[in-house]
Amino acid sequence: MKEEQIQKTSASSASSAVKENISPLGYPTNLFTGQPSFQRVNETIGSVVLRDRQPRPWWIGFIIAFTLLMILFLAISWLLIRGVGVWGINIPVAWGYAIVNFVWWIGIAHAGTFISAILLLMFQHWRTAINRFSEAMTLFAIACAGMFPLLHLGRPWVFYWLFPYPDTMKMWPQFRSPLVWDVFAVGTYFTVSLLFWYLGLVPDLATVRDRARKKWQKIFYGVLALGWRNSAAHWQRHQIAYLLLAALATPLVLSVHSVVSLDFSVAQLPGWHSTIFPPYFVAGAIYSGFAMVITIVIPVRKIYRLESLITLRHFNNMANVMLVTGLIVAYGYFIEAFMSWYSGDIFEQYMMTNRAFGPYGWIFWLLMLVNVLIPQALWSARVRRNLIALFLVALSINLGMWLERFVIVITSLHRDFVPSSWGMFFPTIWDWATLFGSVGLFLTLLFLFIRFLPMIAISETRELVAEPEKAMTL
Amino acid sequence: MTHSSNTSHISHASGEFAPGASEWPNGLSRREFLRLSGATLALAGLGACTKQPIEKIVPYVKETPEIVPGKPLHFATATTFNGYAQGIIVKSREGRPIKIEGNPDHPMSLGATTIWAQADLLDLYDPDRAKAVMHGENISTWNDFLRDVDLALQAQQATGGAGIRILAEPFTSPTLTRQLQALLQKFPHAKLHMWNPIAPNESLVAYDFSKAKVVVAFDSDFLFIHPAALRHARDFAAARRVAENIGISRLYVAEPTPTVTGSNADHRIAVAARDIRAIAEQIARGTGIQPAEHAGESPAQAASWIQAATEDLLANRGASIVIAGEAHPPEVHDLVAKINDQLGNTESTITKRPTRLTIQPESLGQLVAEMKSGVVELLVILGGNPVYDAPADFEFASGLAKVKLTVHHALHANETSRRCHWIIPAAHFLESWSDAVAFDGSISIVQPLIQPLYANISVHEILGALIERPVRSAYEIVRETWQARNPTPQFDDDWRSALSAGVFNDGGSTPPGSSPVIPESFTTQSFGSTAENLEVLFRPDSSILDGRYANNGWLQELPRPFTRLTWDNAALVSPQLAAREKIDNGEVIEVEFRGRKVKAPIWIQPGQAENSITLHLGCGRTEGGRVGKGAGFNAYMLRTSDALWFGNGLTIRKTGEKHSFATTQQHQQMEGRDFLRSGTLAEFLSNPKRIAHSEEQPAHEETLYDPDEYKNRGYAWGMVIDLSTCIGCNACAIACQAENNIPVVGKDQVARGREMHWIRVDTYSSGKNENPRFEHQPVPCMHCEHAPCELVCPVGATVHDNEGLNLQVYNRCIGTRYCSNNCPYKVRRFNFLELNNNLSPAEKLVKNPEVTVRCRGVMEKCTYCIQRINAARANAELEDRQIRDGEIVPACAQVCPTETIVFGNIHDPRSRVSKLKRSTLNYRMLAELNTRPRTTYLAKLRNPNPALPKI
Repeated sequence: MKEEQIQKTSASSASSAVKENISPLGYPTNLFTGQPSFQRVNETIGSVVLRDRQPRPWWIGFIIAFTLLMILFLAISWLLIRGVGVWGINIPVAWGYAIVNFVWWIGIAHAGTFISAILLLMFQHWRTAINRFSEAMTLFAIACAGMFPLLHLGRPWVFYWLFPYPDTMKMWPQFRSPLVWDVFAVGTYFTVSLLFWYLGLVPDLATVRDRARKKWQKIFYGVLALGWRNSAAHWQRHQIAYLLLAALATPLVLSVHSVVSLDFSVAQLPGWHSTIFPPYFVAGAIYSGFAMVITIVIPVRKIYRLESLITLRHFNNMANVMLVTGLIVAYGYFIEAFMSWYSGDIFEQYMMTNRAFGPYGWIFWLLMLVNVLIPQALWSARVRRNLIALFLVALSINLGMWLERFVIVITSLHRDFVPSSWGMFFPTIWDWATLFGSVGLFLTLLFLFIRFLPMIAISETRELVAEPEKAMTL
Repeated sequence: MTHSSNTSHISHASGEFAPGASEWPNGLSRREFLRLSGATLALAGLGACTKQPIEKIVPYVKETPEIVPGKPLHFATATTFNGYAQGIIVKSREGRPIKIEGNPDHPMSLGATTIWAQADLLDLYDPDRAKAVMHGENISTWNDFLRDVDLALQAQQATGGAGIRILAEPFTSPTLTRQLQALLQKFPHAKLHMWNPIAPNESLVAYDFSKAKVVVAFDSDFLFIHPAALRHARDFAAARRVAENIGISRLYVAEPTPTVTGSNADHRIAVAARDIRAIAEQIARGTGIQPAEHAGESPAQAASWIQAATEDLLANRGASIVIAGEAHPPEVHDLVAKINDQLGNTESTITKRPTRLTIQPESLGQLVAEMKSGVVELLVILGGNPVYDAPADFEFASGLAKVKLTVHHALHANETSRRCHWIIPAAHFLESWSDAVAFDGSISIVQPLIQPLYANISVHEILGALIERPVRSAYEIVRETWQARNPTPQFDDDWRSALSAGVFNDGGSTPPGSSPVIPESFTTQSFGSTAENLEVLFRPDSSILDGRYANNGWLQELPRPFTRLTWDNAALVSPQLAAREKIDNGEVIEVEFRGRKVKAPIWIQPGQAENSITLHLGCGRTEGGRVGKGAGFNAYMLRTSDALWFGNGLTIRKTGEKHSFATTQQHQQMEGRDFLRSGTLAEFLSNPKRIAHSEEQPAHEETLYDPDEYKNRGYAWGMVIDLSTCIGCNACAIACQAENNIPVVGKDQVARGREMHWIRVDTYSSGKNENPRFEHQPVPCMHCEHAPCELVCPVGATVHDNEGLNLQVYNRCIGTRYCSNNCPYKVRRFNFLELNNNLSPAEKLVKNPEVTVRCRGVMEKCTYCIQRINAARANAELEDRQIRDGEIVPACAQVCPTETIVFGNIHDPRSRVSKLKRSTLNYRMLAELNTRPRTTYLAKLRNPNPALPKI
């Protein structure tokens, strides 16, 4: 149903694009009017990675990101030296920021695959301009996310006990635990996303290789291009493999966050023990993923002058997706509250009361504001096409989705069944350092990606230039 | 040796070795060198020939022909509380004591111990103990001390010891009494003074709570802070157990601040301490006594309580007890004695104790006056810490400075030691010989379990230093006392059996012993309510008492009853007063009393008398070890000799500062949940099933896993906790800590919610905030059959064994903490940091070798003392039999004074635990979650007077 809606909105905006008599793709005319050529596409995208000097904003951004990354390393070192006690976690709140951050990053990681695989399979060609970027974002977000469950272990050096490996004691993971499912779900998702991303990159790497002038560039891109010669046989196999991977990745979009949500719903804790979690988590994941794509793409587009490739139509479509998934998430909030009342269970009822009016009540209401109320602005097409407004809404959703996980993880844990063991969670400086440090890791990887790899799929854009009628199928 | 020229004792004190021994003399010839080295060799050889004294200690019960490594030995000995003996049995592994248990044969222990007896073990291994004889700031030797004392004693010979003063804590040791008598014989003008800031007046009577149907307590914590508390608790519980005699006893308590005893009352009123006397007088009048004086009107809110209590007392003549607390003056105690006489309780529930005054000690006040006047030339302080805990108006320290030679015999170098010339490190009672008498007159020989860890000196040896040369060992001195009393050939056998049993009574003849009378305890006290006038209450801290246990981490971290505070004391104020003064929890106020001021953080305590502010003593230490330093504020700074326990005229002033507390239970309301079920006796008699809803079972027994997993596999371990008899003394928590190597985490970590206790005693209050009802609930691991923790562990580190134990496999645990999140009882504890790495060698000795010391990053929890289960299993299998009922006693159950916790095999229908589980009061906590806990509760029964309105 969700996808249908996206199709509809995309279709309608496509038709409006035709009416406005611009390029059928919605791309502005400077690329496709005049002399749209492969050359121009290669220049525009490929030059970013081959040019010697990066624009000043890249450097500013990179230095900030790298500083944050160093803070992350510091925080991790201290964590490994002292133990998880450097964080604010305790009994009853045994899971804190690490899990909140994990779920948040995993959610963000959803947009990439959603944009790449599902929209590819649905022939939503407008995805071309943003898919590479969002795939990269997915990978980096999974890298950030994957770090947290390992760091949050009391004894992280034995993390490999979570894997089913043949050991001499014949010990296996305990397969009834959702944490084991998590390992598989996240591991699979990362592997498939990596392959999918890399496979898409190979022809572009070859393009860059061919245009490279410096020796290191020739070697670097040459090795990465895996000997791609642009032959028809290559293309045929590439396309088949790409589609197959897309088909494989599609169910993962739904499964990963469903499994992550089971970490909570399998437990019997009020606030966690809920059957609505899997669909509601998946919607939330896509919601936050798109918000993060918008948050990153708007400045990048501006800095690298990619207005010709990433158009307002893209933003409009992404905003529409956010609006839909945001409504699903809001529905989830409502149903959670309703069910806790309807259950007649005093523990559930108290959980909901405490969520809204307990010591962390302000976080709940802030969540309602930034994640439910503010995104309603996306009903307005003016907001959807106003990049500053859209950027602010996306930021608000990013914050909101983090708060949502805070509410679920921490507010549920801090007051459960037996009042004598109720407690409070207060984050320490290391909690914050790890959170912002992980943003640093994400952004550093992203800046390096922008610097060294083509951030928009060259070959696919060329395809559109060669066959503009493809866009007409929309 | 030829070079020794300087004989002044000062230089002796500065070096451990004789002068010349450590430096190379000038012009040493080859001949002289050979001569010296030859002599050294010869002397060394002679030294090795010295016959070591044979001091036999005798193992209790199990006599092993030789020590078997890995097999514990058990020795009977005794600890003391305010001087009175409490029999204990100490478990020793490979020569080191590792656990203290009560001596079941000792009438004042009956197998239980107090929290302090448990914590004594940690004191033994405290790395901050005084370790060496110190002269001022310098390490010295025992011989140098003797030389110095000799000089001082020689000077005293002429005056008959007119300048000698001994300041002791209350004691009952017959040997110490004998030595003091010898000292007074040798120096007829020497004097003995006695001081203990919290010791009660010696009670002249003993109580039997098992026979009492009605108990009225005036501010008396007879179940907790009392030399016979263990016995009282056992007897009281016996009278509260509905299964044993239909109809349970009823307890009335009038007190100004919540106490353990008060929390067990069926009717408790919160009244100021100054009103207690008027209340007692009114009850006395009700029973037909005309008190000589009239102390004022009793407060109006007590009227119905007084009437009900009086009627109940009259209805239970000869089967009731009226008891007053130590904070109250002799007038109140006399009155109470008269009431008991009038009711015919004397010789029924109350028996006279023999008093055994052989030396009448003098007061601390006299000592200070004499010190200041310069009469005192040699002051020997045996234990205690008067510089810290003497009444503030005495200015003990300034008197001390005027004494020529001061000696402090102390376990820790504390505030007093720092101001004394000599510090003699005291031997712990587990390191030395002594003897002590219990509250009921039974005698115990204190036998050591271990050689002194450091250069420790027994109290008998230091007194020996004053009366004899050469100073004999404590063993010889103590043995001499008893040999003199039994100079028969059987003495050796009697001695052996006395040591082995740990307790004996020498046939009714009153043993010599000094009485703990504190002359200062009651001088003038202020009475009468002046409504708005604030009253200060000084109370011993319920963990660290008068401060003597301040350096004991187990006790510092043990949550105080009601406040659940750790590592702190607070000014307890009533909710009404807090509202009136607009002060909030954690706000620091300046408390002023008799011109002295101290800053204290506020704790709002429901159940506190409206205009009384409680200050707990024992905190705010500045010396005496790293653990206790700086925890809390020092309430002694306000305590004067005319208001030792309470006084009028306290003023408070806000400072605007804030203090952060570390409490283990932030929430004491039950929020309408019914996991602590209680009801009245009347309800129970009308419908036995009503209180526990014991028929209530979860709707679904379905499980995805084998439903017969825990059926019929031999043993099935289970536990029952009887809430009716749990008095909330916390002994289980500290015993568990001692048995299971549970680390102390410190205030900062407790404040973060990371305390490690495997069993906690939850306290809930319900009803009106001014005078709520308190209920206690010990919560260990429930050992659920459908354990939520087990499902969610990704590595299978928490699993079930076939006897139903929910096990935690530390080696396998990777620390996801999911198990804790999914535990509805929140009984799991996590090692957030490495808590066992920086232990000193002494601290390592306290660890129980039968229990794994857990590393950072692993989860832990109650195991039902699996090491004890396995020890019993090994014995049973060797003897080819089943484990008997009662053979396995977890640490919490063993220490419990009221036998509240019962453990055993629930497959055996005849086991005690099975019988209790069949009780109609039995219920499962949070049964609706279908966790099927193995630990179940018996609902709490109260016995309120129907004539009084419901709380």
